[in-house]
Amino acid sequence: MRAARGALELAAPVALVTGAALLGALVSRSTEIYFINALVAVSMVVAIYVFVGNSGVLSFGHISFVAVGVWTAGVLSVPEQEKPAFMPYLFDFLSDTTVGNIPSLLAAGLVAAAFALLVGLPLMRLSGLAAGIATFAVLEITNNILRYYERVGPGLNTFSSVPETTDLRQAAIGALVVIVAAFAYQRSRFGRQLRATREDPAAARAVGVSIYRQRLGAFALSGFLAGLAGGLYVHFLPINVDAVYLDLTFITLAMLVIGGTTSLWGAVVGALAVSALDSVLANAENGLELLGRTLEVPAGTRIVVVSALMALVLILRPSGLTGGRELSFDPLWRKLRAS
Amino acid sequence: MSCLLASGLSDFLGDAVDLQVQVDAIGLGAIFALMAVGIGLVFGVLRLVNFAYGQLIMAGAFALAFASDRGWPVWGGIALCFVVVIVLSLAMERAVFRPLRTQSPAVMLIATFAVAFLLQSIALLWFGPLGKTAASLAELNRPVTIGEVDIRKIAIVSIVTAAVCLGLLMLLLNRTSLGLHMRAAAMDFQTARLVGVRANLVSAAAVLIAGVLAAIVAVLLTVQFPTVTPTFALRETIIVLAGVVVGGMTRLLPATLGGFAIGYVSGLLGGALPTAQSQYLPTFVFGLVILVLLVRPGGLFLRGRAAVERV
Repeated sequence: MRAARGALELAAPVALVTGAALLGALVSRSTEIYFINALVAVSMVVAIYVFVGNSGVLSFGHISFVAVGVWTAGVLSVPEQEKPAFMPYLFDFLSDTTVGNIPSLLAAGLVAAAFALLVGLPLMRLSGLAAGIATFAVLEITNNILRYYERVGPGLNTFSSVPETTDLRQAAIGALVVIVAAFAYQRSRFGRQLRATREDPAAARAVGVSIYRQRLGAFALSGFLAGLAGGLYVHFLPINVDAVYLDLTFITLAMLVIGGTTSLWGAVVGALAVSALDSVLANAENGLELLGRTLEVPAGTRIVVVSALMALVLILRPSGLTGGRELSFDPLWRKLRAS
Repeated sequence: MSCLLASGLSDFLGDAVDLQVQVDAIGLGAIFALMAVGIGLVFGVLRLVNFAYGQLIMAGAFALAFASDRGWPVWGGIALCFVVVIVLSLAMERAVFRPLRTQSPAVMLIATFAVAFLLQSIALLWFGPLGKTAASLAELNRPVTIGEVDIRKIAIVSIVTAAVCLGLLMLLLNRTSLGLHMRAAAMDFQTARLVGVRANLVSAAAVLIAGVLAAIVAVLLTVQFPTVTPTFALRETIIVLAGVVVGGMTRLLPATLGGFAIGYVSGLLGGALPTAQSQYLPTFVFGLVILVLLVRPGGLFLRGRAAVERV
């Protein structure tokens, strides 16, 4: 019974992501973009979930790990002869190195994890509001440095000529890898210890759990996954520093909150649901055929709807669409047995 | 303490800083101090960090731009600005802050984040990314000559307005029963309710005062930056938030000093340093925020240690 529940905990998000990927393979090339985007969003949101969901500590800083991933994978995988065109001031060792797709993704994860570990060493002592503000400060600092320090990347330029290797397959595999890692972590003893500190810090301490160490571990792992997601992102679209700043922070947090912060299932459902809504609205901004009628909404409606939805969910159902629980058939079975 | 900081800094920068830059910096500091009071007051009573404060100012600025577009008289624009900002603040309090009052500070922080994006995207939808121009008060940008230096009128107006507002607020908080209730609520909301402080009243009053301050800031800021876009006052709010944390957000006076100091310093550095050096200013400011949170969680300008959750 327990094993079955565990299997479902993993199988449900995996099935959902696989389903989305298969659906994406059926539609036209121009619609496929939305599916790839949604899958990349799943990897980012699940990466954030690994820390925020399991620890219950708010972080506005995870998009800085995504940004570090974008920079690492982007700078490393632009062909050497293209680099001077938009990154003329790179350090020599960066301008002389070019690596392939998979190594660049791994490097993105590792560099982001190292950065998260470094940042986490002092910051993981904070909780609640202080943690929220400190991680926000990390986002500001990272953005400021990446924006102006042109020895490590393109500064304000867009990452052009990064090989576009994130197709539907790579986005789906990436999202699945992140989900499996998140699942493995939350079932491990470290994940359980961290969840215990979320539910009752005093009791967790009393049984010998180091809150600081557990949070730091989760922060680094979550940084690795966020960096990986950043790598997937830069291999998908030519982006610049503004793409990995406040707007992305907001939309990914909205996805997590709308889905339900405290479960993997919630993170995946939230990411896919908000992405779907966002894509429909993006289409509607250009005029959408729906049931024989043309639905047309003015440009900019998407963020209005998503932010209103997020505020509504927070007020009416603070634990999110899934209630912050993993998918489970227990209530259903209980009903069946009772009848 | 902030004066000490200021004089130390100007010694450090030497003759590069003339009186004109000084006055401009103090003017900016005064505006930031008003914003810090608006954020600090709501935080004090509701324990809520209002990310959406900048968007209130933005809404007020759009009201001013709308009025100057239509050729309304100056007082008409300012009146519209006050009405829009106050109505919006009270609506925000009623619809979002009040239902979430029992939630954790982190949830409320995310909720105001959502409100901020909601207002910003509505502005984007309504006015487009290029925004509008609020020009009716542009006359205040002209300098007046005092002694041998040219000082922009707006700097003087900002300083005087801030001083008057802060004075009135002090009177309100220290001399009226509403002020007493608000201070009680800021100290301990639950206990204050037990002894008869009406929760909805004090929370609405705090938000209302913060709204009035936001409208004043909107008027002052549009003089300096007449182009009103959906991201108007966003940078300033983020910087002020940092200043409030550095100053000490649990008490109003340290928070205000923090806001003033950060406005003054960024005005001074922005005026005195070349771009190549001032572009990393946010890194230093937010590095300082992290340092203060770790080393003096109660804030620089607060005596004693505030209780902050630690692990």
